[in-house]
Amino acid sequence: MRIRNELALLAAAAVLAASTTAACRRNARQLRDRASSASIPQSIAVSELQGGPYTPPVTVQNPYEGNAYGISEGQRLYEWYNCGGCHFRGGGGIGPPLMDRDWIYGGQPVNIFASIIEGRPNGMPSWRGRIPTNQVWQIVAYVESLDADRRIAAPPGAREEHLQAREGRPSR
Amino acid sequence: MIGALALLGPVLPGGVPTPSALRPAAPQAAGLESLWWFMLWTCTAVFLVVLAVLAYAMLRPRTEEPPARRAAEIITAAAAVSVVILFAFLIATMATSRKNPNEPRPTDRIVQIIGHQWWWEVHYPGARPDELVISANEIHLPAGRDVVLDLTSADVIHSFWAPNLHGKRDLIPGRHNFFRLRPENVGTYRGQCAEFCGYQHAHMGFIVFVESPDKFEEYLASQRKPAAEPVSADASRGRQVFLTNPCVTCHTIRGTGASGTNAPDLTHLASRRTIAAATVDNTAGHLGGWIADSQGVKPGNHMPPHLVSSEDLLALVAYLRSLS
Repeated sequence: MRIRNELALLAAAAVLAASTTAACRRNARQLRDRASSASIPQSIAVSELQGGPYTPPVTVQNPYEGNAYGISEGQRLYEWYNCGGCHFRGGGGIGPPLMDRDWIYGGQPVNIFASIIEGRPNGMPSWRGRIPTNQVWQIVAYVESLDADRRIAAPPGAREEHLQAREGRPSR
Repeated sequence: MIGALALLGPVLPGGVPTPSALRPAAPQAAGLESLWWFMLWTCTAVFLVVLAVLAYAMLRPRTEEPPARRAAEIITAAAAVSVVILFAFLIATMATSRKNPNEPRPTDRIVQIIGHQWWWEVHYPGARPDELVISANEIHLPAGRDVVLDLTSADVIHSFWAPNLHGKRDLIPGRHNFFRLRPENVGTYRGQCAEFCGYQHAHMGFIVFVESPDKFEEYLASQRKPAAEPVSADASRGRQVFLTNPCVTCHTIRGTGASGTNAPDLTHLASRRTIAAATVDNTAGHLGGWIADSQGVKPGNHMPPHLVSSEDLLALVAYLRSLS
């Protein structure tokens, strides 16, 4: 009887240990990412309304989906490329807000990617050839993480991400 | 002897001698050096006395137990001597600090230094706004003049440390730390970030050039000029490559459309001795290698890999090498 109890205890400990290890998963950091622009389809539907027969929307996976390093890099680049100049901290102002669920040109990662690359009427510039493709995907991952209702379960990345300060940029 | 040792040391990028706090080139560093020697000799004396007492205790014939009262007296005396020595250190340190006030005076020349992951942005404000000079990773200072460094950071905490000139002072995002120094000896001095700031902290170096005031003004005048126009066909094409690629979103070349401020100003890149924050010499080979694969030189740095053809790369290097 006692041996059986001990066995059960041991099994429970093993399960616990296994789940803890899984929880400690870390993103490996890819320093030479070159997400190919060739994988981006030429025409991306911005809404489900379309003439003619129904064609299923193209799904393109964001290579930085759920990647903590990619999301934090996206946040840095959001500031570097002055996205906040129009979209502010995601609440919108001159440009539309990015925190809500309303997307004028589609809210799928590939739509956000296309909006950055192609530009949109009334103010959004085209960043094609200005921002490297992998950085655009990082910005997309960050913009998606702005959605307050959506939980972005990104495993922690390398330690020094926490060293990234946000405030107090000196004015130039 | 220390000078001879320095000659044996590794050759640093830019041909700069190994930094040493024991070869001061400014009165501030000289004060710190005397403090250092004072502490070293005092601690050496204490160490020798402790060893001597230990040797006596081991070799002393064990005839009788010393009275407990005598032991208490000895311990009290030793504690008192320790307190006196520590207070002497405290007073000497405070006296050295008092000799080095950091608040800027109206007559001081201000040089603003902004720390970035992982490079140094250097601003030399002039009398008029259009006299501002912006450079990176090289700090030119006039010899024999009081200079106040205005230190701040754009991302995380860094620390400015040029051992031959002064101690360390932190660059803190959102605040300005002042650091006054008066470099006396003309020369080049290596500096280094002294506060862990991420992946490439070890490769966040800079070079200080202490020059005669005339040469310093000459330097500022040459840096104020816009970028040189390309003269060769190669360089012209290189400029086109630069202006049509993502380079322009982060780098500035004054006189062209490139005006990004996230990365070092390249207007006079060819006048600098090193690239990548005093990590490698500024040669055509290193420059080409840096553009093609900067992650191989400084893994984790914020310059993304760029896909340019080899002809474009060669033209780009030719253009950047012409920006003297």
